[in-house]
Amino acid sequence: MALLQIEHLHKRFGALAATDNLSLQINQGELHALIGPNGAGKTTLISLLSGSLQPDSGLIKFHGRNFLQVPETIRPRLGLVRSFQITSVFPEFSALENVTLVLQSQQGHSFRFWKVARNDFELRSKAKEYLKQVGLDRESEIPAYALAHGQQRQLELAMALALEPKLLLLDEPMAGMGPEESLKVVELLQQLKGKITMLLIEHDMDAVFSVADRVSVLVYGHVIATGTPSEIRENKEVCSAYLGEHEIPVAN
Amino acid sequence: MILLIEQLLNGLQFGVFLFLVSAGLTLIFGIMGVINLAHGSLYMVGAYATAIGMQWTGSFWWGLLMALPAAAFTGWLVELVIIRQLYRRDHLDQVLATFGLILFLNELTTICFGRAPLFLSLPETLSISVEILPGLLYPLYRLLIIGTGLLLAFFLYLLISHTRAGMLLRAGTTHREMVEALGVNLTLLNTGLFVLGALLAGFAGALAGPLISVEVGMGENVLILCFVCIVIGGLGSIRGALFGALLIGMVDTLGRAFLASGLRLILPLDFADSIGAALSSMSVYLLMALVLIFRPQGILPVLGRVR
Amino acid sequence: MMVSENFEARLMLGVGILLIGFPWFADWLDEPYLVSTASRIWIYALAAMSLNLLVGFAGLVSFGHSAYVGVGAYVVGILAWHQYEETNFLGLPGTLEGFISIPFAMIVSGIVALGIGALCLRTRGIYFIMITLAFAQMLFYFFVSLEQYGGDDGLMMMDGRNKIPGLDLGEDRQMYWLSLVALGLATWFLRRLSMSRFGMVLHALRQNETRLKAIGVPPYPYMLVAFVIAGALAGLSGALLTNHMEFVSPDFLHWTRSGDLLIMVILGGIGTWTGPILGAIVFLLLEEFLPLLFQEIGLYLFSEHWRLVFGPLLIGIVLFAKGGLHALVFKQMKGVDGAFAN
Ligand SMILES: Nc1ncnc2c1ncn2[C@@H]1O[C@H](COP(=O)(O)OP(=O)(O)OP(=O)(O)O)[C@@H](O)[C@H]1O
Ligand SMILES: [Mg+2]
Repeated sequence: MALLQIEHLHKRFGALAATDNLSLQINQGELHALIGPNGAGKTTLISLLSGSLQPDSGLIKFHGRNFLQVPETIRPRLGLVRSFQITSVFPEFSALENVTLVLQSQQGHSFRFWKVARNDFELRSKAKEYLKQVGLDRESEIPAYALAHGQQRQLELAMALALEPKLLLLDEPMAGMGPEESLKVVELLQQLKGKITMLLIEHDMDAVFSVADRVSVLVYGHVIATGTPSEIRENKEVCSAYLGEHEIPVAN
Repeated sequence: MILLIEQLLNGLQFGVFLFLVSAGLTLIFGIMGVINLAHGSLYMVGAYATAIGMQWTGSFWWGLLMALPAAAFTGWLVELVIIRQLYRRDHLDQVLATFGLILFLNELTTICFGRAPLFLSLPETLSISVEILPGLLYPLYRLLIIGTGLLLAFFLYLLISHTRAGMLLRAGTTHREMVEALGVNLTLLNTGLFVLGALLAGFAGALAGPLISVEVGMGENVLILCFVCIVIGGLGSIRGALFGALLIGMVDTLGRAFLASGLRLILPLDFADSIGAALSSMSVYLLMALVLIFRPQGILPVLGRVR
Repeated sequence: MMVSENFEARLMLGVGILLIGFPWFADWLDEPYLVSTASRIWIYALAAMSLNLLVGFAGLVSFGHSAYVGVGAYVVGILAWHQYEETNFLGLPGTLEGFISIPFAMIVSGIVALGIGALCLRTRGIYFIMITLAFAQMLFYFFVSLEQYGGDDGLMMMDGRNKIPGLDLGEDRQMYWLSLVALGLATWFLRRLSMSRFGMVLHALRQNETRLKAIGVPPYPYMLVAFVIAGALAGLSGALLTNHMEFVSPDFLHWTRSGDLLIMVILGGIGTWTGPILGAIVFLLLEEFLPLLFQEIGLYLFSEHWRLVFGPLLIGIVLFAKGGLHALVFKQMKGVDGAFAN
């Protein structure tokens, strides 16, 4: 069953067609990887889905419902959550405060003016769980700007998870991570697989081909192929358009 | 009818003034990313230089001619000493530093020329009126201002859209890094641009001299009106500044001329006068509010730039 | 959020309590006019504090804050004038009762802030700066054109200051205490606010608006509420200012006053608690005593034209002294949190 349906999506920046007649379907429960060369329009697609960009034309359906008119700030509440390729956290807040703020927004409006937010121990312990899930529980009191790059990426992930997404859009979650940290993220993805539907953008082919259920290839804003990892590996068009520059990993 | 045409011309003339000051402001912001509150002070420098030059030489023309180097020099100095430090700062720092600059320049002007306003008189040849329509006499000087201003606007347009420097400037608005990477000396370009903006503002001040009193603080009122112009027109765009300036010039002039008498038709007399006075002094800001409601990015924003 | 901030809060409370005794200290110095100077400082500190909510917490650089001070000031002035003239304003009688006119001033300022904020907050950054300035200028001209209320010249409070049961504001000391208490309460209120859920959203807004939207928080309503709160508190400071001066004029709304308030915030330390207060103290003391100082050391030119020194001083502070006086005073105590300053 299709959880997310994208039909004939277009987005131009001036003369550049960043998203060009893009159609894609993401099924309930799958981990769908999106690969493509730099500048193919992957991040643009995520921004269109999350609502921070408006498409010029096309259709986005989530749970069978037209999503184009849904404001950016409502989409996360309906279960469509994104993470950012370039780390985007609240730098002066501690890791814990970052996640607490997310949980706070989960609980509805924040027009509460008097009670001290940090004394909400229920919220804090819940936030700690998410930090633990990404392996950041020991750094919870450190302000985000002081975290190492890899740890900030982990925090980014924890914040997305705390929104309890139905569909999680992950924009290169492992970008700039060391091999060990990457491995941890792959493990985490494997754990989440099946519970949360995911659209994973990633340049690390080993990771992509080992975790993805299906893979789509994006070139110049257009999806040129979709299929299982092995289908994609054997697709001639994909090889010439994109994978040619990479080593094609052998399934293990 | 005659009155209306006369007021329309007055509005046009005021708009041209505003454009001369706004043009520099909007370019400096669009290209250098600096908000310069002290831009109005350059206008003041132009006016004072004309007044002083006229006192020395007795000729308005010499005064006018002195305004240009004075404003250009002040602009160059200000860019070199202050503005250059502000390129990479946030807007708050820019606002405060240039605010400090205003305090300094105003005080310096007071020391040099006193607090009393100076008045300039036009040479005989200019202080005549011409009959532009049957029954409509209009001051020659104001006509000259309109003509010169529109001519300058046209030259500015040519400069921006048809020369290499203009092309680089336009490119610099949207792709600063790219232009820098091409090996263009942006520092020089910026200084040149700043001096150009100073020249225009100074020239506007010089032209304004005979029409208003030359006094300390004259720059700031114009400056805030210019903010309104470029917000309405769309920040960073010369066309927007021209459009905004003419619109504001018209609305302000016509509002002052006709609003109170118009209200008298529908409201009791003294009430109409006080409301009319209040409304006409607020009209340009109300216009800005309307624009903000319907087009927060301004009417003619620079294309391809994400605010 | 920080250990040192708690320390700072306790220090403020302590110093605040000591300051209650300041009028007697001024008596002892035989300089009773200092009480009046100090009242002025607390009133401006309150305005700066409210501006800091916008600039320092929410990251919204408002360059028109004196407008809300001015509106509050005029409400008190106009109500007093109608009381004196025994006329009605829109069908309502004037009043000199502080319990009516001061809260009313806050409400009107808040409503004006709501209207202007609703428009301004559609924009960001430089646009926001220019538009807040422009609307403040609009209100300035509005009051200038109100001939009935003195136009350019403003209004005197002919019957003296507001009446508050149990207080005699006509006496400078009581005016001082009222100002100090108002500042104290506002600081306490804003501190609670800053630590609440609402405050967390404001702090987050300053740091990363994009992310805030991505986690499902629409910034606009929060900014607007902050704008209204700041406006109402500025209105309170305006109401006190009219009382203190027994006079109000469009000059209260002049755009340079907005600049002064911003300077106080930056000079003291943006986004800090003691910052706006320290800033107001130093700014107003400089304004008052810099001319005297120059006179004393024989630089007569500067004593009349002290702004010639003040302007560059300001530029220097902006360019070279990040964190303001707050960083200077609390640097040693900050410890681990010191890094927050940048
Ligand atoms: N806001 C924007 N304005 C103009 N052009 C843009 C904008 N955002 C993206 N682009 C352009 O659109 C194209 C697609 O960009 P996008 O960031 O989506 O690529 P990507 O596939 O995510 O690349 P990468 O692998 O490097 O992250 C690029 O050429 C980029 O320069
Ligand atoms: Mg990308």
